[in-house]
Amino acid sequence: MMKPGEFHQRDRDIHPPALTPGYKTSVARSPRYSLISLQNSVSEITGPVFGHNDVDAGDNDLLTNYAKAGQSPIGERIILHGRVLDENARPVPNTLVEIWQANAGGRYRHKKDTYLAPIDPNFGGCGRTVTDENGYFYFRTVKPGAYPWRNYVNNWRPAHIHVSVFGTAFVQRLITQCYFEGDPFIPLCPIVQTIPDADAIDQLTAKLDLKATIPLDTVAYRFDIILRGRRSTLFENRLEGN
Amino acid sequence: MVQQLGYLPESASQTAGPYVHIGCTPNFVGIHGIYAEDLGATPFPEDAPGQRITLTGVVRDGLGKTLNDVMVEFWQADAQGRYGPGAQGFARRASNFETGEWELKTIKPGAVAGMAPHIGVWVVARGINIGLQTRLYFEGDDHSKDPLLTRLEHQNRRDTLIARDTGNGTYRFDICLQGDGETVFLDM
Repeated sequence: MMKPGEFHQRDRDIHPPALTPGYKTSVARSPRYSLISLQNSVSEITGPVFGHNDVDAGDNDLLTNYAKAGQSPIGERIILHGRVLDENARPVPNTLVEIWQANAGGRYRHKKDTYLAPIDPNFGGCGRTVTDENGYFYFRTVKPGAYPWRNYVNNWRPAHIHVSVFGTAFVQRLITQCYFEGDPFIPLCPIVQTIPDADAIDQLTAKLDLKATIPLDTVAYRFDIILRGRRSTLFENRLEGN
Repeated sequence: MVQQLGYLPESASQTAGPYVHIGCTPNFVGIHGIYAEDLGATPFPEDAPGQRITLTGVVRDGLGKTLNDVMVEFWQADAQGRYGPGAQGFARRASNFETGEWELKTIKPGAVAGMAPHIGVWVVARGINIGLQTRLYFEGDDHSKDPLLTRLEHQNRRDTLIARDTGNGTYRFDICLQGDGETVFLDM
């Protein structure tokens, strides 16, 4: 087997640090000692590979994957689409993307969510898909609502969709959140503001993609996801596909 | 302006939040009918060769409180020390809402590329801003040549990476996020 390459060092300056006192829950859940930095081994440069057979065709359609026949969830119908790329600007094909979110009223279908807004009987709140050969993916869903949470006395999460991506190696594993262009809660949110880099926050903010909207049907937002990239090892044998 | 290199910055991590189960283990939280089975329910097929083992554990915060909203993922080699094929060797567990316990039935991995047998572990939860990566080694194995365990500067922390043998093929691996006995987390 061709040995796949190691990955670029993770740029921790664009990620939230573990300890972010403005997001209170992080205080008791953040390691205090330094992470131990090591060269990637085969245990890290490999990872689970999911295929198109591991997901069903309708898994990426949150408008229908939980709804009763002939019914739809309440809310603004949206397409969330984009590409998974790596730091080298190469597409990441055949990789699993999972999403979850609150309904249009800002309520999650979860036993621990007790917000006043009602559960939508036609909305489950999860979806998944595998990127195509160009790294492209898309979902249909409703735009989630903002919702309150008690960090300080009065905090509201901006509308957001949680996104989980695998890549091809365990060190590429990433969970993040997709926000929506123009949301006034973004600069006010203690979780968003754990990210120390303004450009990195912009990169998590999906842009209205009018050209991809379906007239009289569905609004579209574009959200690209960037995973860590493999290192090109100059002065060594050139890696396959590099 | 000088030439640009054209690299893209990695997307920043955000906490998986308290409702990570909805997306990652929906059947576990009672959302049925979307996915037939939660991803990572079984790391190996039933007829895969190797020693059957059961791993259990909890994740504790800096005050010693058990997290009951954590998700743990595992990536391991098979009994011969080979990764894959496909998603074989991958598992995902949500902690029990009451006890915080997770349990994984799997196969004991073989040694890989000069490293003692181990399982890669990745932990996410509300309050964890970026997934925490660590490794699970096994009590009773020869760790004397393992590159990670031998190079740890603080050798008094290495036991945080070693699952305790609790007999009959069961091992215990508790993770401590902070404070006394803080688990060694990795940047790789």
